[in-house]
Amino acid sequence: MVRLGALAVGLFFCIAVLWGAVQPREAVVADPIKAVLQHPEEMKWAHNGVGNLGITGTFDRKQLQRGFQVYREVCSACHSINRVAFRDLADLGFSPAEIKAVAVSYDVPSIDDAGEPTTRKGTPSDKFPLVYANEVAARAAQNGALPPDLSLMTKAREDGTNYVHALLLGYRDEVPKTLKAQDGLYYNPWFHSAFIAMPPPLAADDQVTYADGTKGTRANYAADVSTFLTWTAEPKLEARKATGVAAVIFLLIMTGLGYVSYKKVWADIKRKPG
Amino acid sequence: MSFPWAKQYAPTTEIGKFFDQQLPLPRFVHGALGAGYPTPRNLNYFYNFGVLAGVALVIQIITGVILGMHYAANTLVAFDSVEHIMRDVNYGWMFRYMHAVGASFFFLVVYVHIFRGLYYGSYKPPRETLWMLGLVIFLLMMATAFMGYVLVWGQMSFWGATVITGLFSAIPVVGGYIQTLLLGGFAPDNATLNRFFSLHYLLPFVIFGVIILHVWALHIPGSNNPTGIAVKTEADTVPFHPYYTAKDFFGLGVYLTLFAAVVFFAPNALGEADNYIPANSLSTPAHIVPEWYFWPFYAILRAFTVDFFFIPAKLMGVLAMFAAILLLFFLPWLDTSPVRSNNYRPLNRILFWVFVGVCLVLGVAGGKPAEEPWVRISQLFTAYYFAHFLIITPLVSRFEKTLPLPKSISEAVLAKYGKAPRGTPGAGIAGAAAQPAE
Repeated sequence: MVRLGALAVGLFFCIAVLWGAVQPREAVVADPIKAVLQHPEEMKWAHNGVGNLGITGTFDRKQLQRGFQVYREVCSACHSINRVAFRDLADLGFSPAEIKAVAVSYDVPSIDDAGEPTTRKGTPSDKFPLVYANEVAARAAQNGALPPDLSLMTKAREDGTNYVHALLLGYRDEVPKTLKAQDGLYYNPWFHSAFIAMPPPLAADDQVTYADGTKGTRANYAADVSTFLTWTAEPKLEARKATGVAAVIFLLIMTGLGYVSYKKVWADIKRKPG
Repeated sequence: MSFPWAKQYAPTTEIGKFFDQQLPLPRFVHGALGAGYPTPRNLNYFYNFGVLAGVALVIQIITGVILGMHYAANTLVAFDSVEHIMRDVNYGWMFRYMHAVGASFFFLVVYVHIFRGLYYGSYKPPRETLWMLGLVIFLLMMATAFMGYVLVWGQMSFWGATVITGLFSAIPVVGGYIQTLLLGGFAPDNATLNRFFSLHYLLPFVIFGVIILHVWALHIPGSNNPTGIAVKTEADTVPFHPYYTAKDFFGLGVYLTLFAAVVFFAPNALGEADNYIPANSLSTPAHIVPEWYFWPFYAILRAFTVDFFFIPAKLMGVLAMFAAILLLFFLPWLDTSPVRSNNYRPLNRILFWVFVGVCLVLGVAGGKPAEEPWVRISQLFTAYYFAHFLIITPLVSRFEKTLPLPKSISEAVLAKYGKAPRGTPGAGIAGAAAQPAE
């Protein structure tokens, strides 16, 4: 009875699903955008360590500082990093005095003695403030586009660090013939829709003069700011890897001892009748 | 119950005797996991996965309780509170990654555990209740994992909740009410997040309770084993402790090493990048997918693309997705072969591996966008999934010539290690048929 019922249910589902399988498919119109989209190139990053595997590796502090400089001088005009606090900059190798100097250069929302909204100078415990008070204000100022907060950007995109790097350098003047140029948007085949509202942020070499004397090239700007945004998204990356290496070594030793004990316990059992 | 030769617990110390009189907990442990529990001596590494699943649950509960101390179940701050855990809570990043990766590992070991049961016929008499309790655990796990994923309140959380609760709306008459009840409203919102948090905290303890029943039901007949034949004499068994405690400890070490490697070196490899974008009801992600462990069922759900007579395609998909799991409850009565282990079922063994392949392909298809060729692949493999259990499995034993079974577990072990005299060859097909699964 169970088996007859099963046969009926089985045939019911099989016929229903196969009926769908034999339906003719509508001809798929090839999406011209899909055809031009590019995958980000795999770059070598200091924080990915040996073999770019992501098992070892620490951030290059100098690079983080340069990336922060690029963020401040270029990106921060439109993009916030609202999940990062000024005090977190200690991770980049800044001294307390330097952090304080950065903090006071920002105005953060506050209320005055009368309870009215106002702003005050930032302190190290504040987060980087939003650039726009809200989404409506952002879109009004940005021709309808919304510049996203960048704190988590490298984790919010597939292969994020490489993606940000590729996107920043991915602007192309020549729009392929299969696509129509769009008003107010820029062609960038690394962006999911191939047209992005953000104007090319890294327009030319020498746009930012690095404080540490590193050569100011677009390639350096893109690599440095991608590294910086990897840190903003995963500030505990170094602690994570250091803990991981210790944990795995401990567990390997424990497992090895476990194996030896297992073999010893079973030595008398395997080869003789109980 | 145990075998008559099971070692009895005999407290030697005064305090041991005192406890044994008033609260015989040591006696209980001795009989359940200790020297008082005789276990087949031929269990292979696949039999480690039950213990591993138990450890995976404990890891989830411990890390989850810690995360619950810092998480805030409110749509305004849920995502921020998760980031607060990642950035500001001491070792918060570690507990959060352990919890997220731990869910994946829990499903991984449970899938191996289920397929081990399928291969060695562990669902057959006298273990039907054990099998069905395991399926109840599996269903509870799926509900718990889904609700936990929503708590992050990222884009994939929100849209996953929208899609999955939307499935219930396909049920005629009551579907809309069920969906509203699940969501606490008409779309995922604060009420949804709160009830999911409440249930996500509750269900693991329900799972824990069902695991106790599962282990209890296991201890009645004792473990199945790779030969599938029943324990007959003391020579077939070894005490659980120290033999399997030692083996499980080694297996646990391997598991924890792999787990740590993913937690610390690739914690986001198994997740979706979109869930690092805060939930936004006005922006639908291009490609809504659940976590990998739901992909085979997601493929089955989406395989039904056309209405079947008066049944809408969406309802067919929902029915099929639930049926795909529920039919496993009937497996003990669908598989009529008296031989448990596929080691002695040459035809069914091939079908087993074909089925494993089908599940893997469905898994891949479920993670892809609903485009050709993946839709058609999902359809063909979904049909096979149902045919495997409902049509092929009940028929196999009619055509299959099973291999001769060893006389006992100890004979099989000796034959394998080849030191003591081999047992007489089995009595052939007739002998196999004459040896029912008790």
